[in-house]
Amino acid sequence: MSADLSAPVLSGAVLLRANPLSKLFAAGIVTVAVMLSIDWVSAAVVLSGELLLMPLLGISARRLLLRIWPLVAAAAVGGYGTALLAEKTGRVLLDAGPFLFTEGSVGAGIAVALRGLAVALPGIFLMISTDPTDLADALGQKLRLPHRFVLSALAAMRLAGLLLDQWRTLGLARHARGAGPDGSPLARVRDFLGQSFGLLVQAIRRATRLAVAMEARGFGAGPRTWARESTFSAVDLWVAAAGAALAAAAVTAAVAAGTWNLLLT
Amino acid sequence: MALTKATPRTGMSPRRFQWRVVDIVVASVLAVAVGVIFFAWSAGYSGVQLLTGAFPPLLGLYTGGWLIAGVLGGLIIRKPGAAIYCEVLAAAVSALLGTQFGLLVLLSGFIQGLGAELVFLLFLYRKWNVGVALLAGLGAGIALAVSENILYNALWSVEYQLLYVLFASVSGVLIAGLLSWLAVRGLAKTGVLSSFAAGRTADR
Amino acid sequence: MTVGSTRPVAATADGWGWRHAGRPGFAVRGVDLHIEPGERVLLLGASGSGKSTLLSALAGVLGDAEEGEQEGRILLDGEPPAARRGRAGLVLQDPDSQIVLARVGDEVAFGAENLSVPPPEIWRRVRESLDDVGLDVPLDRSTSALSGGQKQRLALAAVLAMRPGLLLLDEPTANLDPQGVTEVRDAVVRTLDRTNATLVVVEHRVAVWADVVDRVVVLGAGGGILADGPPAAVLGDPATRSVLAAAGVWIPGWRPPLAEAPGTRTPGPELLAARGLSVARTRRGPAVLEGVGLSLPEGSALSIVGANGSGKSTLALTLAGLLRARAGTVAAADTLARGAGADPARWKSAQLVQRIGSVFQDPEHQFLTGTVVQELEFGPRSARIPAAEYGPRVEALAERLRLTHLLHANPFTLSGGEKRRLSVATVLATRPAVLVLDEPTFGQDAGTWAELVGLLRGLVAEGRSVVSVTHDDDFTRALGGGILEVRAGSARPTAAA
Repeated sequence: MSADLSAPVLSGAVLLRANPLSKLFAAGIVTVAVMLSIDWVSAAVVLSGELLLMPLLGISARRLLLRIWPLVAAAAVGGYGTALLAEKTGRVLLDAGPFLFTEGSVGAGIAVALRGLAVALPGIFLMISTDPTDLADALGQKLRLPHRFVLSALAAMRLAGLLLDQWRTLGLARHARGAGPDGSPLARVRDFLGQSFGLLVQAIRRATRLAVAMEARGFGAGPRTWARESTFSAVDLWVAAAGAALAAAAVTAAVAAGTWNLLLT
Repeated sequence: MALTKATPRTGMSPRRFQWRVVDIVVASVLAVAVGVIFFAWSAGYSGVQLLTGAFPPLLGLYTGGWLIAGVLGGLIIRKPGAAIYCEVLAAAVSALLGTQFGLLVLLSGFIQGLGAELVFLLFLYRKWNVGVALLAGLGAGIALAVSENILYNALWSVEYQLLYVLFASVSGVLIAGLLSWLAVRGLAKTGVLSSFAAGRTADR
Repeated sequence: MTVGSTRPVAATADGWGWRHAGRPGFAVRGVDLHIEPGERVLLLGASGSGKSTLLSALAGVLGDAEEGEQEGRILLDGEPPAARRGRAGLVLQDPDSQIVLARVGDEVAFGAENLSVPPPEIWRRVRESLDDVGLDVPLDRSTSALSGGQKQRLALAAVLAMRPGLLLLDEPTANLDPQGVTEVRDAVVRTLDRTNATLVVVEHRVAVWADVVDRVVVLGAGGGILADGPPAAVLGDPATRSVLAAAGVWIPGWRPPLAEAPGTRTPGPELLAARGLSVARTRRGPAVLEGVGLSLPEGSALSIVGANGSGKSTLALTLAGLLRARAGTVAAADTLARGAGADPARWKSAQLVQRIGSVFQDPEHQFLTGTVVQELEFGPRSARIPAAEYGPRVEALAERLRLTHLLHANPFTLSGGEKRRLSVATVLATRPAVLVLDEPTFGQDAGTWAELVGLLRGLVAEGRSVVSVTHDDDFTRALGGGILEVRAGSARPTAAA
């Protein structure tokens, strides 16, 4: 994980050249398509589409796996939870007291696990191929979101690495004062809360000073210009079209296979 | 070259409801700090998650932590939209730090922030006492549980879904509501909130 | 707004005062001051005399009625500062809380963007400003990767890109090592010579700016202006000098009086030793320093010196038992360990506080409670020392470090000097035999400085060992003892001072 959230190491040959907004659109429409239904067909179509597109987008499978292994674990846990708690239909596969798994519940679990993966990947593609400064520029110039909020959020993101360092320093400083995390779980939780409070104090102090520095540089006083112009190009058309096509393919396949299972119905 | 308009200062809305630069910057950094705290928690205390993993509705008890950003942001900044803004940004940070994944966390953040925001709105952004804080935590907890039941837990049986709502509500009240309120009280005493009404006045 | 105007600005304060909202008293009041265009002014005064508040007002960032109450008025070229955004540029003390963006070029462009300067003109100004401050790095260099001195020069460049006619510097060099101080001061002088902008600088260490400014203004602690005139006249006047000295301002040619150094003491047996030590900040991160060997006898002082980022602080944290050694050993003698084992990194918190005390650079990092008295009692309590024993000890410490009147105050609300004194007192409350301090005199006024030196000398005379990471040559000299110079990955002892 890179602690410097505002200057991450980026990858993804094609995606790097696209405007953050087209990536956001593509990722968004794919996410919506997957979320609308809980079924294994639409999730599987999207997931395989995403994996097939990876070489084209220039994303290395090894680096991706290094980054997302906790996600794979989370998807598995989510699938297990559903298999345990879903309506028990079909043949019994395992019956060990409270742990009852049937064909129906395990099927539901697999659908949820696939869906969990399929829904997370677009966001990850977006993240590893997008510089936060470019995203802020696009949100401020093209989407016309209020620039004071967009730029403050960006400035705050830059502080994430600094705050993480400060968290570690606070831990050492507390240990040096005799408040280390030895002892019972309750004492550890109390110590964690104390350290969190310490971080909030530092964060607010820093933020207040940062606000003064920003205002002194004319921030928030009126209309502004943007030194980095956010632009669209032909690549953006392709990225948006690919997203829309993948979303449409998933819905069509699921409806055709008869597995389409719209939320809330 | 592109020009954006600054937020217009109309005479219509009272000044109390307008965001100053310091409001926006502190809200933003606060959200990031809560994201960092959560990252530290999940790095150091993964045992808790494993424990609740055996019986997933118990995860509801743990979710209050996700709701702190919104309630805390609302209580400190005291402006319309503060709870939503802080919660969405904290969600974005947790996605970037790798404790949560996907674009959907932004939607979840919005819904959870909305749960707290509606409570602050109910009191017309005038009351900031412990009762309002607990209610805001409750609002956020219910919003979280209901939305997750629809988005993720849809295949669970109804009784488990209800159990999840119950656990998340308790967690929202205690962790997001009570802890945030205590934090604001403590922060006010340190003097770091001197630019905010929350730091200058006793709760009222 | 006229783009590209660099005309120097005139600043006027007219019976001006400011009370922060929610505070009973005025932070500053009764200020009458006229600064001519192009003048270079050093603003002095005791801490709490409102110097920073005055700078914020000149920068137009004090806010309005919601933030506080104004008395009299402040004008830039005859208009309120808020209406003259961009004519005044403010540089603050802490490099890390005034950088907004992730890349150097974007950071410099930020102010000009906010003033609606057209983009091609912005990039021209970015290059020019970076040239002015002598910051020769690529525009896409990460702002986090710069040194402290570079960050402050970046902050200066970022202000210059707005083409201000008035430069406001609020202790811009207080957080820097000596090299960084010179870098920043020289960059300011170069810029002023080119633009002729007006300068108002607040700084404790007068010597840094005395040759640069042509006027010194001293704010009185109780309001109003105490002295105003050319540097030689103001700083040469005995009455003003004694007021400034009492306020803890570092005046050239003056050193805070110290009690006579206790007679040199022959160091006793070894307490703590490092052999072939490599240190790293995090468990998986790279080693920042390798092959360190040192021995710390009873009743000795050791100063660890060297450039920023050379690993001094990491070494100190490792010696203090807070970080594990990457390779080699840190070993406590039996007299220090008292049955807790030889490796301090394995001691529990409660054992550590009674053996090795650490004072961090930022006192706030070590505050754990809501009042000064709880803060002082925290260490003894966690070490399970009986109240009958620690009570008198805490009382004596509070008395010695002039904290008695603050016992029920919240530690975070203290002044910088008070926080420093408290952070040292809390560590002493458990009577550790070894004390490790990280930049104890950073940003301190002369009064606190002298107090610290006196206290630490006394501890050494009592037979305790004091290790300090420091850039402060005066401090190293005053404390005496050995010096360990850290440079590019390795450390070597230089002759004892």
